[in-house]
Amino acid sequence: MLLGLSFAVPLFGLLTEPVSVAHYLVVGAILFVSGIVCMAIKRNALGVLMGIELVLNGANVNFVAFASPYLQGTGSRSLGLDGQVIAVFVILLAAAEAAVALAITLNFYNNHATVDVDRADDLKG
Amino acid sequence: MMPYVATAFFAAPLPLAFINWHSFFFFLFAAVACGFAVAVVAADNVVRMAFYLVLSLGATAGLFFLAGAEFVGAMQLMIYVGGTLVLLVFGVMLTAQAPFVSIKGNGRDRVVAGVVGIVLLAVLLQAALSVTSWRQPAAGIVAEPAATPIGMALVGVRVDEPGVGAPARNVRPGYVLPFEIVSIHLLVVLVGAAYLARAKRRKTPRAIEVAASVEPPASVAEHAAIGRDRSRGASVLSGGR
Repeated sequence: MLLGLSFAVPLFGLLTEPVSVAHYLVVGAILFVSGIVCMAIKRNALGVLMGIELVLNGANVNFVAFASPYLQGTGSRSLGLDGQVIAVFVILLAAAEAAVALAITLNFYNNHATVDVDRADDLKG
Repeated sequence: MMPYVATAFFAAPLPLAFINWHSFFFFLFAAVACGFAVAVVAADNVVRMAFYLVLSLGATAGLFFLAGAEFVGAMQLMIYVGGTLVLLVFGVMLTAQAPFVSIKGNGRDRVVAGVVGIVLLAVLLQAALSVTSWRQPAAGIVAEPAATPIGMALVGVRVDEPGVGAPARNVRPGYVLPFEIVSIHLLVVLVGAAYLARAKRRKTPRAIEVAASVEPPASVAEHAAIGRDRSRGASVLSGGR
């Protein structure tokens, strides 16, 4: 009966099965691509920063998924603590990067009276 | 009475008893994270983008909890959502002049970026779904959640793999050196950020003050043009021309 229901309602079939690493990889891929597109199309410097945060977060999702002992099938081995520690370091470095990038953005705003990255062409030949 | 009601409830057309609640909450958090990440890209208003980013990163912390990385999830909430995004929101508040709240890119860039994004997503999804061992259903919860292993590993003691009976060189080391490097890096970065963003005393007025002292412009485009010309005139690089 459950099998028939799974075929009848695909969404419900998803809900009855346990998640795997691939589920997390799909989420990480969507976050990563969103961040890349955000970095490409935003002209506000803070929008570009938000795209960078999304990219780092997508990578973190992958690290945590491969590190998780819950998500591994029988017989395969997780990254263990390595993945979690890398994820923590990525979060810390993202905080540092955001602080410096924000300082640069504020400096740019003081000097150019705008946050439009297309205006940052002083070094253009 | 109560058991009967519960049985009738679970035998209802939607058999709730068969739902894997781990999967249910995974899909809930995944939908929120991915949906608001796409909303960050689609929004033009920078204030709304910051709000959507808060929701997306918070839902990602929920995904970390579901994957058994409780410490990483807590750090995500405290550092990312609590620290980095507050920093970004401060940046938005400090620079949110009317012409810059929503700067629209041109349409051709958006189309090209969209095509590149879809192609990249297709490649990544194909790579993610092509390995069969990554698609095996999960074993489920195998250990009690605890922050002890990661905390002890950061100070150099591995309690998750103690290496009992192994030769000393096979015992995996902790993460003391990366921890120290990151701590020094954070110190340097904070000093550098404070140096970059400090209020400077200048002989010439800042461009933002020049732009603010002129008459209010008739249109947004004119305002932007004024800011551009004044900033060109006041910048160091073009001062000698």
